[in-house]
Amino acid sequence: MASTASPATSAAAWAFAAATFVKLLLVPTYRSTDFDVHRYWLALTHALPARQWYTDASSRWTLDYPPFFAYFSRALSLPAPLVDATLVSIPVPDAPPFAHLLYLRLTVTFSDLLLLGSVLLLAGDARRRQRPFLALLLVLWSPALLAVDHVHFQYNGFLMGLLLLSLYFLEQGWDLAGGVVFASLLCSKHLFLVAAPVYFMYLFRHYCCGRGVVKGLGRLMLMGSGVAAVFAAAFAPFVYYGQMQQVFNRLFPFGRGLCHAYWAPNFWVFYIMLDKILAFLLRRLGFNIAIPEASFTGGLVGDSSPFDVLPKVTPITTFLLVILAMAPYLVKAFSNPQPKHIV
Amino acid sequence: MAKLRKPRTSAVDPAAAAAAAAARLPWHPPAPPVPTALLISLAALLVRVLVSVGPYSGQGAAPKFGDYEAQRHWMELTLHLPTSDWYRNTSDNDLAYWGLDYPPLSAYQSLLHGSLVNASLPDAVALRSSRGYESPESKLLLRWTVLSSDLLVFFPAALWFVWAYMKGGIDVSGEERREGWTWLLAMILISPCLVLIDHGHFQYNCISLGLTLGAIAGVLSRNELIAASLFTLAINHKQMSLYFAPAFFGHLLGKCLKRKYPIVEVMKLGFMVLGTLALVWWPFLHSYQAALQVIYRLAPFERGIYEDYVANFWCSTSVIIKWKRLFAIKPLKLMSLSATILAFLPSFVQQVKSPSNLGFLYSLMNCSFSFYLFSYQVHEKSILLPLLPASLLALREPQMYGWFVYFALFSMYPLICRDQLLLQYIAMLGLFFLIYYSPGGNQGKRLKVSCGAKVVLSLPFLCSLVLNISYLQIEPPKRYPFLFDALIMFICFSQFVILTLYTNYKQWMLDTHSRSIGVKKDL
Repeated sequence: MASTASPATSAAAWAFAAATFVKLLLVPTYRSTDFDVHRYWLALTHALPARQWYTDASSRWTLDYPPFFAYFSRALSLPAPLVDATLVSIPVPDAPPFAHLLYLRLTVTFSDLLLLGSVLLLAGDARRRQRPFLALLLVLWSPALLAVDHVHFQYNGFLMGLLLLSLYFLEQGWDLAGGVVFASLLCSKHLFLVAAPVYFMYLFRHYCCGRGVVKGLGRLMLMGSGVAAVFAAAFAPFVYYGQMQQVFNRLFPFGRGLCHAYWAPNFWVFYIMLDKILAFLLRRLGFNIAIPEASFTGGLVGDSSPFDVLPKVTPITTFLLVILAMAPYLVKAFSNPQPKHIV
Repeated sequence: MAKLRKPRTSAVDPAAAAAAAAARLPWHPPAPPVPTALLISLAALLVRVLVSVGPYSGQGAAPKFGDYEAQRHWMELTLHLPTSDWYRNTSDNDLAYWGLDYPPLSAYQSLLHGSLVNASLPDAVALRSSRGYESPESKLLLRWTVLSSDLLVFFPAALWFVWAYMKGGIDVSGEERREGWTWLLAMILISPCLVLIDHGHFQYNCISLGLTLGAIAGVLSRNELIAASLFTLAINHKQMSLYFAPAFFGHLLGKCLKRKYPIVEVMKLGFMVLGTLALVWWPFLHSYQAALQVIYRLAPFERGIYEDYVANFWCSTSVIIKWKRLFAIKPLKLMSLSATILAFLPSFVQQVKSPSNLGFLYSLMNCSFSFYLFSYQVHEKSILLPLLPASLLALREPQMYGWFVYFALFSMYPLICRDQLLLQYIAMLGLFFLIYYSPGGNQGKRLKVSCGAKVVLSLPFLCSLVLNISYLQIEPPKRYPFLFDALIMFICFSQFVILTLYTNYKQWMLDTHSRSIGVKKDL
C-alpha cells in the first residue's frame, strides 16, 4: 500500500508546498477585524491565566470560541516571545508592525499542516474509494479557504483538517476514534454543532446497535465516556471556576440578532424580504403597521428582531427548524449507516 | 498533439502505472492543449497579481523615489506636453528629475497608459503638481497597466513561441512534444526575475521582451518579415533589446545567403526594419536636431562604465584594475565595444555560416550574455535579457536553466532587499523550483555530473545561501561597507562566465553534431 500510495502522497505534498508559497504572497493583503480578534486572543491566552479568559474585557473582541481553541491559541503563542514580546502583551497595541502580521499569518499556514495530514490520509485511500485525486487537490487549493483563512484571517484550515480526520476514521470503520475527534472539533469551534445530529444518529446506529443489548449498551457507554472525557478536558477548568454561564453566553451570543451585519444567503433572507413586502402592502392598504427603529439592512447588530408583520423568530424556533430540515439525513443515517456514505 | 495515448511511466507494471494515474495532476499528459494553456496562463497571472500587492521601487522614499515615480512622471509628461518637448529640457520638463531615456515607443506607451490613468484619477498625472503622488488607488491603476501590458504582449508571444516550437520549429521527439510543452510554457511565463522586476520593482520589460519573443516565434515559424518588424518595435521600446541584434542579424543574414536571391531577401528585411523605424520615429524625423536629441538621451555615456554593483566583467575586475581611474570615458567606450564584439563574434559567425532554429536560440543567449558581461553602463536588471532565451532553451538545457535562474535572482538580491520585496523573492523562488521539479514533469536530458563536480558546483550555491542571510543580518565592516554586495557580484559573475562558456560551446557543437548526422536544413 505504501509504495503504490507514494505518487499520490508526493503530489499532495507538492500541491501543499505550492499553496504555502501562495499563502506567503498573501501576507501583505487586506486583513479584516478577525485579524485583530485572533491577535488579541493570542495575547490573552498567553498573558492571562485561564480563569480570566472568558471574563477579560480589555478589548471588545471577547473570546467566543470553546476552550480547545483557546488552548490552540496558547500553543501558537508559545514561540511568540522569541520573536517580539509585544506580540503577547495585554492590552494589545493598535497598529500591528509587519513582524506581528507575518507571525500570525505564518501560524495559519502552519496550522494548515493538519489539513495536509488529513488529505494525505484520504489520498492514500483514494484509489480504493474511487475518489478523484483532483478533489483532494482542490481541498488543499480551495480558493474559499485561501480567501477566508489567509486574507480575511481565520483558522478554518486547521478545523477542516480535524473534520476530515474524523470522517476518515469513520470511513475506515474506526467509529470510536471518529467520535472522539469530532468531539474535540466541537470543543474547538461550536459551529460544527450543525453536524452533530448526523454524527449522533450515525454513530448510535452503526456503533452501538445491532450487536445485542448488552454489547450495544456497553458500546454506548464507551462512546459516551469518550465524548464526555473530551468535553471534560475542555470545560472542566471553567466548571471549577464557576464560569459556565459566562462561557455559554460568550459562545452563543443570541444577543447579536437573527442576521449578521453581512447577510448569509439563507432562508431568513426570504423571510425578511417577505416581511418587508407584506408590511409595505399592508400599509398601503391602510393598516397601521409600526415602523421599527433597527433595520435589517442597516448593518446594525441588535437584539430586537423587529419584524413588522410576520411572527418574531426566536432561537428555539431556528433550532427546531434546523432539526426538521436535517430530518431526512438523520433518518437515513439511522436506518442504513454505511461507512462509505458518511462523507 | 495526440491525446489518446496512455501516459508513459518509468515502471512498466500496471500497479505502478495505475498509482501514477491516481496522482494525475490536471496538466499531466494527456492534457487538452487549450484548457491547459489557459490554466498555466491564469496561474502565471495569479502569481503576478499577488506580487503586485507588495511594495514598488522607491515607495515612500521622497524626494527622488524610484522607477515607479519615473514611469508615473513619464505618463504625466507625454500626456500634457507636445512630442517636441518630450526629450527636451524645458520649464515643464526638468530632465534631471527622471527625464525620458527610452525610445519613442516607450513614450507612446506612457501616453496610452497616462490617458487611461487620467480618465479615473487625473490628480495622479497632473502636470507638475503630481510629483511624488502616491496613493492606494494610483498604485492599483499603475500596477494594472503593467499587468495588462503583460497580458496583451508577453502572454500571446509566449503562447505563439511554444506553438511554433512544438510545430516543428525545433526538432522535438514525439514524447517531448506531448509532455514537454506544458513545462516549457510554465518556465517561460513564470520566470521569477521578470515577475519580480516588472510587477514588484515596477517596470515594463514585459513589453520589449514580449515583442522580442514574438519576433523569435516569427523566425521559428518562418514569418521573417513579421519577426523583423516586431524586433524593431522591441528595440524602439527599450534600446537594451539591441543586445539581441547581432543574433537576429547573424541568423537572418545566414538564412538569406542560403536562399536563391540573397540580395532581394536582405532588402525585403531592410525595408521592413526601416519602415517600422520611420513609423515609430515619425514625430522626431522633421529635423536632425530633434532626432539627435532623442539619441543623446538614450545613450548616457557620461554616467560611467558601471554604476552600483553588477555581475559583469568591468565591475568584477574593477577590484584589481581600477578602470574608472585608469581610463577616460572615450577609451573605455572603445574597449567595452571591442570586448563585446569579440565575445559575440563566434556565435555570430556560426549562425551566418550555418543558421538553424536551435542555433538561433543559443545565439540569442550568447549575444545577450556577451553584452551583459562586457557592455557599457549595464544594470543588474539587464540579466533579464539573457534569461529570456535561456527560458526558451529550458527543454534542451534544463539544468543550465535552473542554475541560471537561481544565480540571476541572487544577482538581484541587493535590489530586492532595497525594495523590501524579500517575501515575494522567497515565494517566487519557491514556486519556480516547485514547478521546475513538479511531479511527473519533464526535465529532459540529464547531464552526467561526477561526484567531484557536484561538490565543486555546490560550493557557490552554499556561499550564496550564507550571503543571503548575512546580507540581512550582519553589518559589513566599516572599511568595506559594500563588502557583501561585492561578494554577491563575484559569485554571480563566476557562474555567468561558466554558463556563457558552456552555451557558446554547445552552439559550436551544433555544427559538428548536425554534420555527423547529415541533416539537411530546409531554409
